[in-house]
Amino acid sequence: MKSNTGVLLGRLMRNILRSPDTIITVAITPIMLMLLFVYVFGGAIETGTDNYVNYLLPGILLITIASGVAYTSLRLFTDVKSGLMARFNTMPIKRSSVLWAHVLTSFVSNALTVVVVILVALVMGFRSNADILDWLTVVGILGLFTLALTWLAVIPGLTAGSMEGATAYSYPLIFLPFISSAFVPTETMPKIVRAFAENQPVTSIVDSVRALLYEGTVGNGIWIALAWCVGIMVIAYLIASKAFKRQLG
Amino acid sequence: MTNTAISVKGLKKSFKDKEVLKEVDFEVQRGEIFALLGSNGAGKTTAVNILSTLMKPDSGEVSICGFDVQRQPEDVRQSISLTGQFAALDGMQTGRENLMMIAKLRGVSNPVQVTDNLLVRFNLTDAANRRADKYSGGMKRRLDIAMSLIGTPAVIFLDEPTTGLDPEARIEVWDTINELSEGGTTILLTTQYLEEAEQLADRIAILHGGRIITTGTLTDLKEMFPPTKVEYIEKQPTLEEIFLALIGKGGEVNEK
Repeated sequence: MKSNTGVLLGRLMRNILRSPDTIITVAITPIMLMLLFVYVFGGAIETGTDNYVNYLLPGILLITIASGVAYTSLRLFTDVKSGLMARFNTMPIKRSSVLWAHVLTSFVSNALTVVVVILVALVMGFRSNADILDWLTVVGILGLFTLALTWLAVIPGLTAGSMEGATAYSYPLIFLPFISSAFVPTETMPKIVRAFAENQPVTSIVDSVRALLYEGTVGNGIWIALAWCVGIMVIAYLIASKAFKRQLG
Repeated sequence: MTNTAISVKGLKKSFKDKEVLKEVDFEVQRGEIFALLGSNGAGKTTAVNILSTLMKPDSGEVSICGFDVQRQPEDVRQSISLTGQFAALDGMQTGRENLMMIAKLRGVSNPVQVTDNLLVRFNLTDAANRRADKYSGGMKRRLDIAMSLIGTPAVIFLDEPTTGLDPEARIEVWDTINELSEGGTTILLTTQYLEEAEQLADRIAILHGGRIITTGTLTDLKEMFPPTKVEYIEKQPTLEEIFLALIGKGGEVNEK
């Protein structure tokens, strides 16, 4: 079963490498946002730090992942529509290996894009004094976030009626970081917006990553951040599995 | 070992409150080409999906090579291959890569050799290293059918294999199907083209209103309905015959 997932993962990764535009387009939006916020708005934003790239990067990484998982929906949708999914499902292989191959592909390709974005941030002045353990924790949180959003992306990938429908769900995901502590501190927001911003998943994740990268602590929000990631992942996984079974009639 | 490859008894399937299959019964013998003929929406694809373990029946007994589709789906999947309505391949991969992928998933012991043989057999060697989405409709179908043959399944389901193909490609596919059957593979074919059933099938079942309303060889059916009458008419070529004569493939039309 593991080797079947490997074969299917190999196929999906090869497709990505053959269309490098999927890596570049995913990386370009967050990079543009980063340039825009640092060099256009950044001077006017009061965050209480002198390095706005540092402040911004965690949120930008979440936007990167949120736009990256849309491709998972797209790839799954293509497999369902082309009949490949039906072919795999009538072969003597474990059916879950098909889904897992897509999830792992999302994981690997998002990791690649995140590295590209971090490299650009380094050029723009991003610096961190985090040690290896802090970095590993950051990787862990971002990995969990990727898995959670990927399983969420599997649902429209399996059930959407059109390609637009399969990817449209990612727009609100990309927008979520804007109403959070990702770009500006939440203190200046109106009461209701602030309440939303402080209690949605992005803020706790951004705050934890920031604490790890620049303060060398895990911060207070880490458990909330982990709870959000795991919670979204478990619920999305259950719904996705059900959609997969229902698709099989 | 019994000689029955596919056995369907009292098969029922509804979607919401729409009864698609009301009571379907038929049997297919090993090595036969069996055509399930019906108009659009008659339930042909539903039947194939149930037979190939993609969908669960509401009731009825369905077995493939003696394995029950509900109780032994794994064994059924070992014995079958599904070629659906659209060529199920990865367009971003080459023909060779598509075949290799299936060979590895099926766990055949010599994937490279199996792939090479199929490329030769389906006349795809020259196109082997081109991306499949650059193939013509007929080539895609040929690759699709080649992918279905890996692991030499005993039964192959072909769901409307020539829908959307041009006449030339359709004949290519027909030739392929005839060849397969000569090799002893059992083929269940669905089609809405009467001519296709006539060209290919050893036996034909007509699915209508959720039931098989008649089954038999073409000769049986001709004898039964409608009553024979003798008429003298001038034989006019069909447009298909004209088309094929013009592009130089005329000789293959009546070949069977």
